[in-house]
Amino acid sequence: MEGELAHIGAGLAAIGSGAAAIGVGTVAGNYLAGALRNPSAAAGQTATLFIGLAFAEALGIFAFLVSLLLMFAV
Amino acid sequence: MATEEHSEGGLVFHPLDQFIVEPLFGNGPVHWYTPTNLTLWMGFALLAIVAVFVLGSRGRAVIPTRLQSIGELIYGFIYKMVEDVCGKDGVKYFPYIMTLFLFILFSNYLALIPMSYSPTSMIAVTAILGFGVFFAVTILGFVKNGPAFLGLFWMSDAPALLRPIIAVIEVISYFVRPVSHSIRLAGNIMAGHAVLKVFAGFAALTLVSPVAIFGIVAIYGLEVLVCGIQAYVFTILTCVYLKDALHPAH
Repeated sequence: MEGELAHIGAGLAAIGSGAAAIGVGTVAGNYLAGALRNPSAAAGQTATLFIGLAFAEALGIFAFLVSLLLMFAV
Repeated sequence: MATEEHSEGGLVFHPLDQFIVEPLFGNGPVHWYTPTNLTLWMGFALLAIVAVFVLGSRGRAVIPTRLQSIGELIYGFIYKMVEDVCGKDGVKYFPYIMTLFLFILFSNYLALIPMSYSPTSMIAVTAILGFGVFFAVTILGFVKNGPAFLGLFWMSDAPALLRPIIAVIEVISYFVRPVSHSIRLAGNIMAGHAVLKVFAGFAALTLVSPVAIFGIVAIYGLEVLVCGIQAYVFTILTCVYLKDALHPAH
């Protein structure tokens, strides 16, 4: 019984990956919208873009790790 | 455990089996000095770096050879990044950042060779890198600025009422930095390689194998991108933390 509950928990934790996908899409989409309005300023902001992407993506990776832990470590 | 349940039918191999650290010789226990597949591929990464940079720059040609121009591109790219993010006085720490970038980049890319082991997917490796950056930057901040380094946590342009609350949040986020810094790299690489193995498992089923092979190619292309981006992200975050240590005033 406990193992099955852990698998359900792993599936629930995987929802976090979808949430991180929304975050990454927001960052990239807003960057693109800004870059199309002012293309000359876009090149200077790529570093900020990647930092933002990394922060948004890290949370999805945390969710992935939680589900892995539930699957194989608990 | 889950592995026994899946053993009849389904996956022949487990997608996470590739991350098991095994001794190169024999089946003995793994000590800190045991040569394992992990240390082997870290060694290959070092050899590849030496090959590109020492052999490439041997000629010191005015018109660079192919290998030399690869080395010059990487060097110039990181140098410009350190200069842009940390300012002129951050250039002193360029060798450390360059070392981190090269190690992560080369072990990421060597891990894309089939049947290889990816050192950066191991949380122990990235935790050493991440906590190394954390301690180096914190000590550097206190040495350079003295107690003024604590001004990093005290937002002087925030409303006076909010400052203590913001300070608490800033302190927490400061101490979470090394954790997220290292888990981001390890998690990305591990997730990517696990996905590749899952698609490889689908290729065994005749019905979906054409789709699965197309999928592997696509995911592999994505992984090539992710490997470069994660090395870049790790390096630029190191630069950002270094900038905080050198200029703590907000």
